[in-house]
Amino acid sequence: MVWVNAIVQGILLGGLYALFATGLSLAFGVMRFVNLAHGDIAILAAFMALSLTRTLDVNPLVTLLIVVPGAFVVGFALQRLVFDRVVGVDPSFQIVATFGVGVIIQNALLEKYTADTQGLNVGRLETASIKVNDTISIGWLPLITLLCAIGVLGGLAMFIKRTKLGRAFRATSDDPDAARLMGIDVRRVFAVAMALAIATVALAGVLLGARGSFAPFSGPENLIFAFEAVVIGGLGSLWGTLAGGVTLGVAQLIGNQIDPQWGQLAGHLVFLAVLATRPTGMFGKVAIR
Amino acid sequence: MTELLRIESLDVGYGDFQALFGINLDVAEAETVSIIGANGAGKSTLLKAIVGLVPPMRGDILFDGKSIASRPTHRRVTDGIALVPEGRRIFPSLTVEENIVIGGDVGRPGPWNKMKVLDAFPLLAPLLRRSGEGLSGGERQTLAIGRALMANPRLLLLDEVSLGLAPVVVRQVYEAVPVIKAQGTTVLVIEQDVNQALAVADRFYCLLEGRIALSGVPGEVTKEQITEAYFGMSTAQGDH
Repeated sequence: MVWVNAIVQGILLGGLYALFATGLSLAFGVMRFVNLAHGDIAILAAFMALSLTRTLDVNPLVTLLIVVPGAFVVGFALQRLVFDRVVGVDPSFQIVATFGVGVIIQNALLEKYTADTQGLNVGRLETASIKVNDTISIGWLPLITLLCAIGVLGGLAMFIKRTKLGRAFRATSDDPDAARLMGIDVRRVFAVAMALAIATVALAGVLLGARGSFAPFSGPENLIFAFEAVVIGGLGSLWGTLAGGVTLGVAQLIGNQIDPQWGQLAGHLVFLAVLATRPTGMFGKVAIR
Repeated sequence: MTELLRIESLDVGYGDFQALFGINLDVAEAETVSIIGANGAGKSTLLKAIVGLVPPMRGDILFDGKSIASRPTHRRVTDGIALVPEGRRIFPSLTVEENIVIGGDVGRPGPWNKMKVLDAFPLLAPLLRRSGEGLSGGERQTLAIGRALMANPRLLLLDEVSLGLAPVVVRQVYEAVPVIKAQGTTVLVIEQDVNQALAVADRFYCLLEGRIALSGVPGEVTKEQITEAYFGMSTAQGDH
């Protein structure tokens, strides 16, 4: 039964990883863009939620109503002002530009909030759980996180499949120049894609802050899990991202059950095994679907 | 006849390489004009410059009397220019139906819509649910033309429509040109197949190494003149 519990908790943890990875997957799918500041932006969102919680005296989850739309605007502006200059050129420029944004965020947070580890206090929700039996209980917060991930990914998938702008996303992903020839403003598509990416990772950051702890330099470690989820699931595939996140979460918690020191290692090993045997990932195809 | 497109002393290049030199060209409303020339003469570059996929180094491009040289590509499509690109560039992630519909997303009013395109190109009708991947060359070319027409362009640019297609398929595809012209659409055709290009055109230009070497009305110039302009050498014996 402890193994079943490890799998259940792994699936729930996978929801958080998937939510972290959604934006990476989206940005890569639409514009072949890898944002190394992705994790730092999540942590920035968690700190924003912390400050808003203190000033407005509300539950951190309520601040999502401000943080997520704010992140959407920030993402749009970030793409227009910074990232647009490095889309479609040598990838090393993307690495330098996005890494630079990450360093700026980390140090700005350090300046404002010190290096102390913080947490978002969501009150009773933090420990509330559904007791299934003696070994298995499902925490409400992890469950909400997983449902958020499914909702966000499902919503994005619907948006991409059914709407006119979603069709423009897919066309741009296939062939940006041909998309321009259809009258599509590719720069706007890029900016909306990044806005959605940043909004989803801001949601992930606040949920992470509610579940655990974070500090100004927590971004990169979360970025690694997000990357692994994307690669395991398959680059550019949204549902693959959920599968990748869940696979990573289950691998980590099964490893953890074998030996508490093996948790992260088991996750990395599954990631490497996927890279070695199926480099395109479980649902891989370099186009958004 | 009113002038729809006017190109003035246009120079275009990529980095250190200059592809077009001092191009002057004009196309009147409802006219069909062909641009012929050998491989590498700069034909495709010229079309890319007209839609804004490559920026001009010098010179100007006027559409309906207004300079469009600094407008981004998607705005020129809104203005009424559509390009059927070389290699067709069908979107593989989209179904055939979506490939057609996306052409109309720009929202220009006009005679073309999905029904009309399927009427004009019946071979597309049974393919609607198929993915853009894995169509035959003729199907892809037909789809690319239908997709471009969905934007209800005033000026339709056709780039190397016959490339890689069997002669019988080329004939089928070119049968669409009179249908398009009947809607009053101006057509600018680029072709390596000189006979095909001259057959559909009211006027033609011949490009040689990035310059216009000859222009005129098909039938008013001799085969020798065209051959000379096309290959850049005299075919007459005993010239030397």
